[in-house]
Amino acid sequence: MTATEAHRAEIHKTIDAVWRIESARLIAGLARIVRDIGIAEELAQDALVTALEQWPLSGIPRNPGAWLMATAKNRAIDVLRRNKRLDRKHEELGLELQAGQMAVPDFETSMDDPVGDDLLRLIFTACHPVLSAEARVALTLRLLGGLSTAEIARAFLVSEPTIAQRIVRAKRTLAEAGVPFEVPVRNELAARLASVLEVIYLIFNEGYSATAGEDWMRPALCEDALRLGRILAELVPEEAEVHGLVALMEIQASRSHARVGPSGEPILLLNQNRAHWDQLLIRRGLAALDRALQVSATPGRYVLQAAIAACHARARSPEETEWARIAALYAELAQLAPSPVVELNRAVAVAMAFGPAAGLELVDALVAERSLEKYHLLPSVRGDFLFKLGRSTEARVEFERAASLTRNARERELLLDRARSCSIS
Amino acid sequence: MMLMIPKGYERAAPGATPDLKAVAAMAKYNETLQKAGVLLELNGLHPPSAGARVSFSGGKPKVTDGPFVEAKEVIGGYWMIQAKSKEEAIEWAKRCPASANEVIEVRQVHEMSEFPQEVQRAASDAGLAPDR
Repeated sequence: MTATEAHRAEIHKTIDAVWRIESARLIAGLARIVRDIGIAEELAQDALVTALEQWPLSGIPRNPGAWLMATAKNRAIDVLRRNKRLDRKHEELGLELQAGQMAVPDFETSMDDPVGDDLLRLIFTACHPVLSAEARVALTLRLLGGLSTAEIARAFLVSEPTIAQRIVRAKRTLAEAGVPFEVPVRNELAARLASVLEVIYLIFNEGYSATAGEDWMRPALCEDALRLGRILAELVPEEAEVHGLVALMEIQASRSHARVGPSGEPILLLNQNRAHWDQLLIRRGLAALDRALQVSATPGRYVLQAAIAACHARARSPEETEWARIAALYAELAQLAPSPVVELNRAVAVAMAFGPAAGLELVDALVAERSLEKYHLLPSVRGDFLFKLGRSTEARVEFERAASLTRNARERELLLDRARSCSIS
Repeated sequence: MMLMIPKGYERAAPGATPDLKAVAAMAKYNETLQKAGVLLELNGLHPPSAGARVSFSGGKPKVTDGPFVEAKEVIGGYWMIQAKSKEEAIEWAKRCPASANEVIEVRQVHEMSEFPQEVQRAASDAGLAPDR
């Protein structure tokens, strides 16, 4: 690489960084002005292209955010003036901009969004329930995460054109549905917020499920989700579930280096080396949980899940885990958001706290559950309880069944091992 | 990690308090980091005059109380931030309302996964129970 090429490459990386820092606010501010996130994004992208052309020559501006906003607005006037095939909206906007209703000196005030309202509007719009979950995820990562289409595609293991189309269609759906660029009113807020939290947690889980050795963009999704969650927590601090979700993600993330062994093999929570749990993230998670509980006495689903994760995080060893507390939290969660998987987790906690017989009672009630028919953890857990109760023959049958259901080779080996150990005893 | 290196901090007296205007500007900056979702942790450090150094040449640990005559630059405080690249960390550092007397050093934090397998294994607890 020549010196010039090296310099250009460096500037590009810096521009990438500036984009990651500035793009969401830029798009949000533009969206408030043009009242259309599609147009806002195009203008922002145009400004980025201009930056890529000019900054290698003129250097990075002192205030890159303001530069991008000013450039985007100039571009807006340009485009709207030049485009002969204007539709009504563009025409009106063009006239408004030119008439100085959004005069050039407005740059500073328009960039100023101290309350973060524009950003909040953008978050709610990108996560609008009229869009499918995958559309919301792609749009959020694009508009709020500052990820490129290519990066999103890599992160979700789909082709770039698939993501590009998904985003285009999402914008069209929003425009056709006439979704306004607004923060939802009080009585709609909780429901709309649930949609946002779902998106953020989906992104986090995609990252969390990524195995070591995969494209680094995938586990990086956890960071993207955490960042978005933390931003949201600052924007709507009065919402307990937001703090709950952040707490849950911080604590789960704290285990990311302990979950995988040196050879890339997955390690279950109870077997993890807790010295490798990131105490900084645990502290942050516990603090976020505290905030949630201060804001509201009635915990929602994310707060409850965070509280469960916090029980594990606080235990210095598996033996110190407060299983009774976890069992009670799962019982609350089962009331709020019942699911067979929650019930199974509750059974495990109950068994740890009150003995395998108590756990078996709960698990037996799940055996007929259709959604768990192919779920290897159900027979695996049942087998474990039976084994502890001395019913080895039945336990072996369960472990063998679990082994046949799991698609993970290593997991299968472990289950077959347990089945074999039943015969010996 | 962003390390704040204020010039002259190596000579600061134990109870040194910072300038009020600077504190306000820094608080605003810290808030910006917080609102951007990138701040993980931050702390200010008492000056070296209040601290001590433990050195190990000659095999035995040796304690020296601060201040340290030879020290030219010392750390006044630090931020732990979440950044996807060195360039991003640098961009955040550039936004700090630091004075002409201050330098911020940007350092990447090690991840266990960066190290080769042998190192990771050595760092793992030898007595760790096998998977199940």
